[in-house]
Amino acid sequence: MASVSGEVTSVLQPASQNARLARRRSRFIREKAIESVLFLAALVSVFTTLGIVYILVAESVVFFEQVSLWDFLTDNQWTPLFDDAHFGILVLLSGTLTSSAVALIIAIPLGTVIAIYLSEFAPFSIREIAKPFLELLGGVPTIIYGYFALLFVTPLLQWFYPALPGFNLLSAGIVMGIMIIPYVASISEDAMRAVPMNLREGSYAMGATRFQTATRVVVPAAISGIASAYILGISRAVGETMILAVAAGMQPNLTFNPLEPAATITAFIVQVALGDLPHGSIGYQTIFAAGLTLMLFTLACNIAGHMLRKSFREAY
Amino acid sequence: MAAVHIAPNIEPRADAGKPVPKAEARRLSFYYGAFRALKDLDLVVHENRVTALIGPSGCGKSTFLRCFNRMHDLYPGNRYEGEIRLYPDDTNLLAAGVDPIEVRMRLSMVFQKPNPFPKSIFENVAYGLRVRGERSRRVLGDKVEEALNGAALWSEVKDRLDDLAFNLSGGQQQRLCIARALATDPEILLFDEPTSALDPIATASIEELITDLKKKVTILIVTHNMQQAARVSDYTAYMYLGELIEVGRTDELFIKPKNKQTEDYITGRFG
Repeated sequence: MASVSGEVTSVLQPASQNARLARRRSRFIREKAIESVLFLAALVSVFTTLGIVYILVAESVVFFEQVSLWDFLTDNQWTPLFDDAHFGILVLLSGTLTSSAVALIIAIPLGTVIAIYLSEFAPFSIREIAKPFLELLGGVPTIIYGYFALLFVTPLLQWFYPALPGFNLLSAGIVMGIMIIPYVASISEDAMRAVPMNLREGSYAMGATRFQTATRVVVPAAISGIASAYILGISRAVGETMILAVAAGMQPNLTFNPLEPAATITAFIVQVALGDLPHGSIGYQTIFAAGLTLMLFTLACNIAGHMLRKSFREAY
Repeated sequence: MAAVHIAPNIEPRADAGKPVPKAEARRLSFYYGAFRALKDLDLVVHENRVTALIGPSGCGKSTFLRCFNRMHDLYPGNRYEGEIRLYPDDTNLLAAGVDPIEVRMRLSMVFQKPNPFPKSIFENVAYGLRVRGERSRRVLGDKVEEALNGAALWSEVKDRLDDLAFNLSGGQQQRLCIARALATDPEILLFDEPTSALDPIATASIEELITDLKKKVTILIVTHNMQQAARVSDYTAYMYLGELIEVGRTDELFIKPKNKQTEDYITGRFG
């Protein structure tokens, strides 16, 4: 029976139908070509990321051939340029974590409050003025923030607490917090403004005040966007370089006390990259290991943020 | 012949007794900026009755409804003129000295699109009570159960009160919003086209609920659907271009409207 139907199709295939098929084929090829170009464009970003990871990992492997991972993670000294070299990343990590913590203690509450004000309370005219200023704050070059910390905030803090050293994590952290506020505020505000009006009306109709509506309905409804804003703030704080290099000092110091000077991972990388260490020397190699640590740290933040977003996905 | 004996001076049925006014709009006008959206409306809303507002799109029926709980105060540039009196205390809801939050404490609203909050089923219903400062777990639990029963939802959700409200179906979400509105014992329930986003089965259950609820609460409902107005309401008001054209008992207005415009609208010749 199958052979019969096969014959029937072959008989019923006039030339015109072949032409139609041919046109379909050329269209198919064109579609494929466009698809490939778009695919390649998307691939650029993937390859860039992979390239960075490859360099970091490959160079770090060279580093870890000479320094054991155990020493790297547990040693409490970081003296890669000394004769008696120690490679304890914790020393740098402590500086990064302490300054980031100071920055986030400032940026997250203030950024959130500003976002709530702008989204739920501010009259239109104030919002239209305040938002560009806020965004301007985010556009100030970080080197300027660095000198602002060193030459203005530190002396100010010393006025209250004279024993504060000229380079310290507190001042750098505070200014870094100010720098991050616009990111947190702007993204959180966008998330809150995206909450549909009918949810707010539902809350007001129950006799809720503005504040109750903002904190009990709008913020929970926008929580995934607000969480992304926080994660972005954390990534910015951990990766920030200039403010710390300028205002927190460059000496490695295992401390969680913000009143002390300390180098962060990023500040150390700047220091080494600017120096004249020969390529391939262990001192040069350290910056890749340090960079890899930083990258893994921010990757962990992003994954945490992604999971957070998924679990709090808006469903209104 | 079993002649039916009729007592000579029997009283009319008690539940059909004289309706008591619960709220009354007097020469109410409303402005969106310079645009006068409502023009000198007069309407009496009777206690434990369902009053329906009907009319073509843009006639101002939702705008009128939203005057009752001062929703227009949320947006700048809106202005009321005239009065809405709430009885028995004869308060003018629109008076400058009256706090809109106080008004909304007494009148609840159910919206066109179900708008549950991003919270659990329990917390959605408890919201109004929490906003009023109620903290006792026992009181909240009792009130939530009562409200969910009132909205004919208790049996469907009693085992999953801690689930997110978004997981309910559209009809269930709307009944949840009704429960939320009922939990605070409102004096008037305002419905703004409560079934326009729902399928026919969910619509039927909401309509049944409205008929049931009028024993406890006064209802004012805006509806697009004339059959719905005919099915659920005791009084109907027909609006057109911001004016109240005709108000009457639903059975009378639908059978023999006094006004030509009303007749055209309800017979489908217009709108």
